[in-house]
Order: sequence, then structure tokens, then C-alpha cells
Amino acid sequence: MKTTKTLLAAIALGTSLVLGGTAAVAAGKQKNAEDISFSFEGVFGNFDRAQLQRGFLVYKEVCAACHSLDQMSYRNLAQPGGPELSVDQVKAIAAESTVMDGPDSEGEMVERPGLPADKFASPFPNREAAMAANGGAYPVDLSLITKKREGFHFPWYVSPFIKLVKGNGGPEYVRSVLMGYEEPPAEAAKDAPEGKSYNPYFSAGPWISMAPPLSEDAVEYADGTKASVEQMSTDVAAFLTWAGEPKMEQRKSMGFQVVLYLVILSLLLFLTKKRVWGREPH
Amino acid sequence: MSGHSTYNPTNPVMKWVDDRLPLPRLMYDSFVSYPVPRNLNYWYTFGGILMIMMVSQIITGIVLVMHYTPHVDMAFDSVEHIRRNVNFGNVLQKWHAVGASFFFIAVYIHIARGMYYGSYKAPREILWMLGVAIFLIMMATGFMGYVLPWGQMSFWGAKVITNLFSAVPFFGEAIVTWLWGGFSVDNATLQRFFSLHYLLPFVLVGVVILHVWALHVTGQGNPTGVEVKSGQDTLAFTPFATVKDAFALSVFFIVFTAFVFFAPDYLGHSINYEEANPLVTPEHIVPEWYYLPFYAILRAVPDKLLGVVAMFGSILVWFILPWLDTSKVRSATYRPIFKQLFWLLMIDFFILGVVGANPPEGWWITVGQIATVYYFAHFLILLPLVGLLETPKPLPSSISDAVLAKNADKQPAAQPAE
Repeated sequence: MKTTKTLLAAIALGTSLVLGGTAAVAAGKQKNAEDISFSFEGVFGNFDRAQLQRGFLVYKEVCAACHSLDQMSYRNLAQPGGPELSVDQVKAIAAESTVMDGPDSEGEMVERPGLPADKFASPFPNREAAMAANGGAYPVDLSLITKKREGFHFPWYVSPFIKLVKGNGGPEYVRSVLMGYEEPPAEAAKDAPEGKSYNPYFSAGPWISMAPPLSEDAVEYADGTKASVEQMSTDVAAFLTWAGEPKMEQRKSMGFQVVLYLVILSLLLFLTKKRVWGREPH
Repeated sequence: MSGHSTYNPTNPVMKWVDDRLPLPRLMYDSFVSYPVPRNLNYWYTFGGILMIMMVSQIITGIVLVMHYTPHVDMAFDSVEHIRRNVNFGNVLQKWHAVGASFFFIAVYIHIARGMYYGSYKAPREILWMLGVAIFLIMMATGFMGYVLPWGQMSFWGAKVITNLFSAVPFFGEAIVTWLWGGFSVDNATLQRFFSLHYLLPFVLVGVVILHVWALHVTGQGNPTGVEVKSGQDTLAFTPFATVKDAFALSVFFIVFTAFVFFAPDYLGHSINYEEANPLVTPEHIVPEWYYLPFYAILRAVPDKLLGVVAMFGSILVWFILPWLDTSKVRSATYRPIFKQLFWLLMIDFFILGVVGANPPEGWWITVGQIATVYYFAHFLILLPLVGLLETPKPLPSSISDAVLAKNADKQPAAQPAE
């Protein structure tokens, strides 16, 4: 029992060191993400289809080399409220991937081209392979990245109010990390870990194992938008926000109906209540 | 209190049923003819709101279970599956999660109302104690429910809270192993939490029925704290209380649904969107907001065992509240000093909540300790003393007198000023 505990503690410590995510470093060092206004913010905010399509391209061409998107299926790309690619486009995108299926009637596993119903193919067969290929750092699954990472850190006495208005800053976090690579300050540069880059926005930073992933014109947008690092960062942040909650638009539009219904109901109930109680002193 | 039943079924089917099983009579007496004090304010509508929230949690919960998988390897993904692929699953899951928060908002208001108006005093002690039991069951249910999505905070929250029991002398280690169903928080833990999370709400329903039964025996309290003396003091539950409760419920639901649809993640933790990983400890492990004041009390005491005792004691002390409060007057309206103490307690409780949300370092520790001492002092020292020392204001002779006096006060104000 004791040895198990010690072992676990050692593994935990080792892992956190490897991931470069020791709590002490993270505490207070993370720079607040740059607050920009996305189209999907606010009560009425919806996604910008063109932006989601551009963002998907960035994910597919750049991020997908290392990062999985486990919760997403290709079919999601065609569903309402997302990039809304055509079914044919989605079929073509899915077919680019290879899926291990089976066993067939002979008991053999078979490789086949992907279908829209398949999950996004992972770049690595498992976590260990992903870490081995990336110098021991695990490229995090991006399905929920904008939900689980926070870009805004404010003092405790204002934080609850700011977050109510701005949210947790997840989309801004992704954007800022992607375009936030800097020359390390002389002080920090002295003990720069090998193979890591300096990024003050990174949640477990400031040293990040991911080399700057985006460079000018890394992708070619079909709609002719100039593919600057900022543009690509913003687009892929929007795409990953959608991937975090593909049904956000449906949620908001339903919410609008529900709240409106309840407001009218409350008004009617208030008038009824006044009428009923009007006869009686209370 | 409600006296003889006035139910007189005209419908032959109802009469036939009523002669064999007086269920129609019970319903009629409880929700139609049941007399309620005419001076109830909106703070008294939260009982009804809680009833609806409980039903809402049970219904959404039952449907969620149809798609959820209680297994360490699949739980997290199955919740995402609900959000992404199940029809209306996104709303259903958020309704349940945010619903837990609003269930607690309502119950805190309900408890505070009981404390302010002295609802716990004779003859309503058992009614009150059943309420405390309900709150404890709610806390256990909510805690286990938060573990089910198997995110980082689910896992580490479960670990921290179950580990508390290791503070028990001699048997601590054995108890924790027994709770976990193994030597760590693992699949067995998740499955038993799931089982209990499904069971406890129905236990809750049972205790709520007792709570309502006790309420209907003693009758409702009211803001004056003066008992109902004649028919003049009351109104029939339907339509009066029904329509007022319905209005309050509807307004409560506007706020509730606004959070469900427009800020569903606000009351949770971002880190819980990260799947549980036993090897990576989150920077700050904090429970859901509704446990924060008690979490602060736990951490205020340097000794682990005493901290656990203090945490449970801070709720258990409510059980003996009817006997700690020595005043004969129920309502804070007529108790000038108690009224101020009540608000100080509310501020103290809020401070404890803020302390619970922040890391236990620096001056947070001191603030937490002072607030904890004050919390217990309120119940164990101030309440008994104030009851003896305070001079209450004169009480109205009856509820209807109080209502008439209030309306008379309003009258001159309505006159145009010269």
C-alpha cells in the first residue's frame, strides 16, 4: 500500500514535470488572452459559416498533424449550425482518411476509406505514440479545448462578474496561444528548456513544447482571405469553439423561445394574481 | 389544523373512488381547500419552487441515464455523446447540471426564510428537522452527481471528499477503502456513486412527503409569526396560493432558463471538461459553489479530524436550532437585535463562500477562521443569549389585524401630498 502510494506520487510528479505543467509555474504566470469579439459571443451570437470553414481548413492542414479531435465525426461538418459543408464535400473529406474496420466474415481486419459517420481520424494510434512522436509532450485533444482552458484570469472580486459577461475566454485563449510566441526575456532565456518555445499565454507555460505551428500563408483560403497568422489563429479558434459545442446555435435559439415564453407567461400570471388577490386584503 | 374535510365530490366517479380510497379527498384538502395565512410574502413561494425543481431534476436525470455509461473509460465520452448526438441532449444535460445549482439557490433561500421568520419553533420542530435532513440528502446527491461526468474536478473532488473519512480514528483507512470499493477512486467508486445518485432522489421524495405532511399538520407559519386564529386569517390554497406560487415559479424559471441556455457553463468548472486523470492534480480543487461555505469551514480548522467535525457540525447544528433559539417570538420582524444578527449571519455565510473558492493561503486562512468562529458563535452563543436579553416589539393580536394595520399605513401614502 505504502509503496504503491509512493510510486503513484513519483509517477504523478514525473508526469507533471514531463508535461511542463507544474502548478507552481502555471500559477499567476499565464498572461490574459487578448479579448476580441467573436461573432458567436452574446445571447444572439451565431457562428460565421465562412470563418468556420476557414478554421476547419487550418485544423485539417496544420493542427491535425498532431492533435486529435476525438469527439467529432465528419458528418458534423454538414450539420446545421456548423461550417455547413455540403454532403459531397464531407464525403470527400472523410474519404481522405483510412479507417481500420472489421473483422470481416473471414476474421480479417480491413482498411477502408472513411465515411461521414466515422469519427475524425486521430493522427496517432494512442497516447504513448503521440507522446513519443512529440518529445514526451502529449498534443492535447482539441474537441473541448475552448471549454476547458480559460483565457481570462482576474482578481477574485471582479472575476465572477467579468466571466458572466465574457465567458471563460477559451476561444481567446486558443487564439492568443497560437499567435503569442515571443522571444523569451533575457532572464528566462538563461534556463530555457531544450526544444521548447516561449509563450506567455500558455496555461502551463511559459514554456510550451509545441513549436510555433502557424506561419504566414500556411494555408490557402478558398475565399481569398489573406492567411495571416492572426487570421488563421482567429479562424481556428472559432472552429474549435464550434467543435466544443456543435449545437450552440440550436441551444441559443431554443433559449430565446423559452425565455420569451416564460416572460409572457409570467406577465399573464402576474395579472391573474393581481385579479385574484385584489378582492382580499393581504 | 385543516380540520374536517370539506370535500364533497359531485362527480360520481370521484365519489366512487373517494369512498374506496380517499386520494381525491387528500388532494383536495392539501392543494385546494387547504387554508394558508393571507399575509404570506414571496419568500414563502420557494417551497413550491423546490418541489418543481426536484421533479425537474428527477425527470431530466432519468432521461440522461438512458444515454449515460457509468464506466471510467466511457463516462466522460458518454456525457459528450449526450451533448452532441442525443436529440435535445445538449439542453437536457445543461438543464440537469444548471438545475442542481438552482435547486440549491432555492433551498438556501428557503432555509434562510425559515431562519428569519423563526419557522423552526414549536410546534414545527420536526418539520424543520426533516428539512435539514432533506438538505443533507441534497448535498450527498449533488456531490455524487458531480462525479458522474468523470471530469478532472469530478475525480479530484471525489478523492478529496472521500479522503476526509480517513480522519476517523482507527477505522479511517478501512472506511475510505470501503467507500471507494477499492484502493483508489476508480470504476467501483464511479458505479456506486451512480447507483446512489439514482437512489437518493427517491429517498428525498420520501422525506419531502414527510416534510409536507408535517407542514399540513401544523399549518404554515407566516411573516408575523402569530399563529392562525380564525378563518379571517387564512385564504384557500386554490386559487390564492396556487396563482402566487405559479407566478413566482415562472419568474424563477426565467432566471434559471437564462442560465441553462445562455450561460450553461458559468456555474461549473472549466477544468471539468478535461477527462479525469488520476496522475494530474488540478491546481485548485474546489467543490461546486453551493458547498463552498462548508468547504471553507473544513479548511479553517488546522486539524483534519476536527475540520471534518466542524464541517458536518455546521449543518448538524441546525437540527438543534429550535432549542438554541430561546426567544418566544418567532418572526425577526418583531426582534430588532435578532434581525441584525440574521443579516450578519448571511454576510458571514457569504464570506465563507468566497473563502471556500479561494486557495487556503495568506490572509484567506485568517478570514476563514474568523468567519467560522462567528458562524458557530451565532448558533451556540448569540442565539441563546439574544433570546433572553432582547425586548421584542409588540406582536399584532392576529394575522388579519397585522394585514389591516399594514393596509391602513399604506392608505395615507396614497393621498396626494399638499
